[in-house]
Amino acid sequence: MINTFIGNLGHFSAILAFVSALVAAYAYYQYTVVSELEKPNWRKFSRIAFYVHAAASIAIAITLFEIIYNHRFEYFYAYSHSSMALPVHYMVSSFWEGQEGAFILWIVWNVVLGLVLIHTNKFWEGPVMLVFALVQAFLVSMILGVVIGDLKIGSSPFMLLRDAVSAPIFSINPDFVPEDGTGLNPLLQNIWMVIHPPTLFLGYASTLVPFAFLMGGLWTKKYSEWVRPALPWAQFSAMILGMGIIMGAYWAYVTLNFGGYWNWDPVENAVYVPWLIMVAAIHTMITFKKSSTALKTSIVLVIASFILVLYATFLVRSGVLGDSSVHSFTDLGLSGQLLIYMLFFLFVAVFLAAKNWKHIPTSEKEASVYSREFWIFIGATTLGLMAFQVILPTSIPVWNAIVEMFGGISNMAPPADQVGFYTKFQLWFAVVLALLTAVGQFFWWNKMDSKKLRETLVTPYIISVLLSAVIIVWGKVFDLSYMILVLAATFTIVANSTILFQLVRKSTFKLTGGSLAHIGLGLILIGVMFSSGYSEIISYNMSGLTYSNSWEDELNKEHVLLWINKPTQIKEYTAVYKGRHKKLVGVPGHVSVNLLEATGNVNEAIALDDIVVRGRTYHSKGDVVSIVLEENDYFRIDYFKDEEFQFTLHPMSQFNENMGLISSPDSRRFLNRDLYTFVSALNDFDDPEWREDEFYEVSPGETFYIADFVTTFEGGEVVTDLPGVNLKEGDVAVKAHLVIQDFGVEKKLSPVFIIRDNQLGKIPAVDSELGVKVEVENITPESNTFSFKVNRYQKDYVVLKAIMKPQINVLWIGTIIMLIGFCVAIYRRYDEFSKMRDKGLE
Amino acid sequence: MKKGHLIGLGIIAVAIVIIITSIGDASTYESFQTAKAMKMKGEEKPIHVVGELKKSVSGIVEGIEVNDDKTSFYFMMVDADGTAQRVFYNEPVPADFARAEQVVVIGSYKTEDLFVADKILMKCPSKYQETEVSNAGI
Repeated sequence: MINTFIGNLGHFSAILAFVSALVAAYAYYQYTVVSELEKPNWRKFSRIAFYVHAAASIAIAITLFEIIYNHRFEYFYAYSHSSMALPVHYMVSSFWEGQEGAFILWIVWNVVLGLVLIHTNKFWEGPVMLVFALVQAFLVSMILGVVIGDLKIGSSPFMLLRDAVSAPIFSINPDFVPEDGTGLNPLLQNIWMVIHPPTLFLGYASTLVPFAFLMGGLWTKKYSEWVRPALPWAQFSAMILGMGIIMGAYWAYVTLNFGGYWNWDPVENAVYVPWLIMVAAIHTMITFKKSSTALKTSIVLVIASFILVLYATFLVRSGVLGDSSVHSFTDLGLSGQLLIYMLFFLFVAVFLAAKNWKHIPTSEKEASVYSREFWIFIGATTLGLMAFQVILPTSIPVWNAIVEMFGGISNMAPPADQVGFYTKFQLWFAVVLALLTAVGQFFWWNKMDSKKLRETLVTPYIISVLLSAVIIVWGKVFDLSYMILVLAATFTIVANSTILFQLVRKSTFKLTGGSLAHIGLGLILIGVMFSSGYSEIISYNMSGLTYSNSWEDELNKEHVLLWINKPTQIKEYTAVYKGRHKKLVGVPGHVSVNLLEATGNVNEAIALDDIVVRGRTYHSKGDVVSIVLEENDYFRIDYFKDEEFQFTLHPMSQFNENMGLISSPDSRRFLNRDLYTFVSALNDFDDPEWREDEFYEVSPGETFYIADFVTTFEGGEVVTDLPGVNLKEGDVAVKAHLVIQDFGVEKKLSPVFIIRDNQLGKIPAVDSELGVKVEVENITPESNTFSFKVNRYQKDYVVLKAIMKPQINVLWIGTIIMLIGFCVAIYRRYDEFSKMRDKGLE
Repeated sequence: MKKGHLIGLGIIAVAIVIIITSIGDASTYESFQTAKAMKMKGEEKPIHVVGELKKSVSGIVEGIEVNDDKTSFYFMMVDADGTAQRVFYNEPVPADFARAEQVVVIGSYKTEDLFVADKILMKCPSKYQETEVSNAGI
């Protein structure tokens, strides 16, 4: 039965949230402009309006989750993003798999931030919340799903399936409810995908806070006061955005087979750019607080970071990227709306800034080369140029769209080698940044002149030269540009560590945010340089096969073919593919498919033998066991070195009806490197094309060859009981026992031969791993020989790619240190703000 | 000249370098015909070609030849102008390759008859198809 109530409730909540956002915007406007006498009333009213908006927004989220949680497949959203078999934590991922859910997430985060701001600010509540309420009105309009004439506003997640698709079944039975949904994209069935999107969207949402303070400041003519409350939020935003980016990179590293954590894909670039700008904004804002310079730059950067987040959303969700990204996007027809949203705030921000430009205080004195302002400004400029270099090529599809809109033809495409293209710039920018962060920190904490600078820098410089020499020799870094990068990164680590120790000794830990973040940056650079610059593909094909044409022989085949059971050399390892495995509920590790027989029910199988892991029996023969997601296959690959077993990896593939085949890597983590492997092609079992019949006449005890497998015919056995076959009186059933050897692995095959009333029945035995099918063709009692009919198919195999990634842990450690640095800085700046506020100054 | 101006000029100079290299390194969308003409003129730059896999009359993809070690393959692709071309890809056949509705190859001509793809982007059929809904009902 179709439950329309819940959808109507969700839709109503969306409309209520939209209207209340507009009301709150109006009320906060009034609250800000009216006289002191009227303020309390307007404040009360505005807050009520925003609380209503908050309640409605949360109701939207709860309603949508209820629809997914209770498998209400009459709703398009649940049908297309979820399924019965999905565990609860992945239902959470289903929630934001669709764009509507992502917008709801964004709306809810804004509500949370708004509520926090209402309760932590006094003076700023009015103007800041006005901006918030306006943004919320725009965001809620994306999921409104209201049609006025030809105008469609928003795409509602509460649409019924029958309204969303026109399938013939609905004209027969309008109340038809599908039994199951189409499921969640398997790539998103990963724990990082449960926490990465909320983090990223909190990052998106939090860029609004400094922007709102800035807009409020410009509007109420408090041109410089906005910086203090905005600064901790800008740092918070950069911290969360950075964390979101890293989580995304880590997710890509552990689940996607792109070969790494960062691919310079437009989707990645679109969040990297606002992050860079936000970091630049933080630096200029800090400078302003110290010395009243760089206010205008801060204003430009804060506006840019907010607008760039909207631009990123537009790029990613409007479908304009089309075929330039490996990510697939569906266009919900929201491009126009997104564009209006972005242009509205761009226009308002530019208008307010331009109108007040001449009133914005500037410092007339020229920054000296020995001032910290100068160096921070150069740093912010470098960050800005880095962002510019990335956003420009990423926007090529937008450029094409604009040219085509005006009737022109533009066939520009993004650079063919994205990684190489971006790296050649970003590498040098990163070197400059690392040097600036090293020198800049000394300027920041000490008054400098040329002599003193030389004195302070000489020790860290010598230490870092020695240290980088060690790294270069020991890490075999023999590329000049990488050597310079190592030197610059070590320099910032050493210099900032020096500052860190001085600060901790002299004053408090509270001030160490900057130096910690910069140490993190240095480590990240070293980690990236090693893990990407020196990532080494080790799975070169050494099969010695030659090709029909000679030029192909010169190409490096970057994948290696592993036949089952056959040891194959991969660099210093010998790898052996040991067949497909599954994960069972309640059983650690992986269980071979040879031990499981499908029952026909979803995620269920019968154990063909006892399932024993590390001496403990988890299931006995004949038990019904439950599989964790049956479409997941884990390919067991054992690695040996000098005949000695080293470790086992289980790269995964999933066959999904909607997505096709999906491959996920498995990595062996060492302290100083990762061995990253994934399966790039595999055998198709479903419909084997059996080769021609081969016949063998053998007597019991005899050994013969099927292809190159040594096969022993152990003998025949008359059986009275055959599972699955109803034997009658007078039937004769003979089971033949064959043992096939393949690289030391023994496989038993037992085809059956049945005689009933002069009729013959043959039950073949199939081993899909070896690709062998054996049938008893005939039995000649006189000579005691069996005749076997054998069909062969290729053996099971996987094609594997293996990449060595050195020092990737340095990268992860660096990101964690950087995030800690951000947290320390946020704590410090928020503390400053709240002290001022409590004195009644803000 | 003031220091501020120098910095400003420096920024502008870097920005111009960035713009010029971006344009210079940007690839282009071509058809097989124009791509071949480029190769004849000696331009080696990788380009993008958008098209579909060659299909037989009954709609079955044809012309995929996988090499023995399964780590590379050839396929036939038809671009938007209808030109059919044999393409080599030095990677295993991507999952679901035959189901791709649209294929973008990034690469260049190796010889007059053979296009070598460095990278392949695929557009697979949309997740939500009407037939699926009706099938689910039966």
